[in-house]
Amino acid sequence: MNTLATTRSRVHAGRRPAAALLAGCALVAGLAGCAAGTPADATAAASGEAPDLAGTVTVFAAASLKSSFTAIASEFEAAHPGTTVALSFAGSSDLVTQITAGAPADVFASADTTNMAKLKDANLLAGEPANFATNVLQIAVPPSNPANIGTFADLATPGVKLVVCAPQVPCGSATEKVEAAAGTTLAPVSEESSVTDVLGKVTSGEADAGLVYVTDVRTAGDKVRGIAFPESSNAVNTYPIGTVRGSRHADLATAFVSMVTGAKGKEVLADAGFGTP
Amino acid sequence: MTRRRQGPYSGIPAWVYLIAAAGALFVLLPLVAIIAKVNWPQFLPLITSESSVTALGLSLRTSAASTALCIILGVPLALVLARGSFPGQRLLRALVLLPLVLPPVVGGIALLYTFGRQGLLGSTLDVLGIRIAFSTTAVILAQTFVALPFLVVSLEGALRTAGYKYEAVAATLGARPTTVLRRVTLPLVLPGLASGAVLSFARSLGEFGATLTFAGSLEGVTRTLPLEIYLQRESDADAAVALSLVLVAVAAAVVGLAYGTSRPPRMPRAAQDEPERIPA
Repeated sequence: MNTLATTRSRVHAGRRPAAALLAGCALVAGLAGCAAGTPADATAAASGEAPDLAGTVTVFAAASLKSSFTAIASEFEAAHPGTTVALSFAGSSDLVTQITAGAPADVFASADTTNMAKLKDANLLAGEPANFATNVLQIAVPPSNPANIGTFADLATPGVKLVVCAPQVPCGSATEKVEAAAGTTLAPVSEESSVTDVLGKVTSGEADAGLVYVTDVRTAGDKVRGIAFPESSNAVNTYPIGTVRGSRHADLATAFVSMVTGAKGKEVLADAGFGTP
Repeated sequence: MTRRRQGPYSGIPAWVYLIAAAGALFVLLPLVAIIAKVNWPQFLPLITSESSVTALGLSLRTSAASTALCIILGVPLALVLARGSFPGQRLLRALVLLPLVLPPVVGGIALLYTFGRQGLLGSTLDVLGIRIAFSTTAVILAQTFVALPFLVVSLEGALRTAGYKYEAVAATLGARPTTVLRRVTLPLVLPGLASGAVLSFARSLGEFGATLTFAGSLEGVTRTLPLEIYLQRESDADAAVALSLVLVAVAAAVVGLAYGTSRPPRMPRAAQDEPERIPA
């Protein structure tokens, strides 16, 4: 009995270095998580004190709006000295989940009407949202176009490594609509959760073609080539923007929305490849 | 590192228990939150949907394959690191353990530029007619990449603790190195190997970032359970929560298996009196 006990304790000792290392990793991961949380906390604290048209307005926007909204935000800050625009970009459904869970957003710009409706259903929207941009799909291929893609029908050619969005996300439901309208059945090698993942597979050269938004092709620059196709008009994504109910900076939020829907915003969005609703 | 022997005196002040309880709660509470959030009336239909079952099956198959690969590659690696002596040994150990602390997405990018079509080995593999990207093989490679250090660390620790005595005796009795390895060393460290393998399996099962970056996501081919959860979350939160609970249950079973049932090795009291060597 005694022998068994000592033997067991030896076995445990043998595992201890591994256990210690694992615990260390958990600690490191925890610290990294804390570090990542700091800017958001700082933003929340900064948005606490705000007299009119000064202070921080927090804008949650769909990932595809990153470059446009970054440009509009600096225009806004220049037009209203003393204000800061804090931008948070993610998938629209992620952002809705965050706002519903109490994230301190003042403005929400969605990549589709469905997610805006979710926020409205949760009674978290002040007033009606305004549609400010549209986006359509485009075929993205590597610059050398190894599979010789020219039309939407070419995507269905056997052997073409096509990557699309999964039907559960907005770009994927757009893909399904276009597919139905074109009467072509696609056989993708991967259905990604976000348009960024699709684009990544094309820019890295793994995929022969991907279906992304025209604005994503524009953002990717010369890393991909965009091929427009007429069937894309069957799935036009509309981008709504609205102010979040209970915003502590309602005036700032309204001013930001006006800039996005106004002349300046239209100009920036058109440059990025967005259409007008 | 000093070895603490079990005895009647524990020497732990009461306040340590208090903080330890807070630590345990910190880990357990999120799991309780998942259980509380599950839509129980719909639980069975949600987890037995075709896509869920396909994803779970793929996860179990690929994790089993990557665990096997971890054993094949990891046992020699641990032996060399624990018993061998060559220049750059410490550096090699640090590098092999790197995936433990690397963000999985970084692992995925690294694998992409190694085995991908445009990658370091990609063109060579392409000539041989091997296409790894977007295949189940890519999933297994991603899982092996992140899980291998778990096996190496566990086994190396066991090897160091076991010491050399029995091997030395076997060698003086005329056993060749391979015989010593097969008949003495491996049986001695079998519990360490087993717990390492189970940990590797658990890590493979949870692999997400590297798979998403490197293998893509297609039902039945590359969409493992974590990827399915990530996707379901976009449209069906209830399904995502239900599947999360399945993964928690599988992970709990696996960890329980590793730490609950590992038996002491058959050979008793090996190297009991040799002082433990501190890993460098």
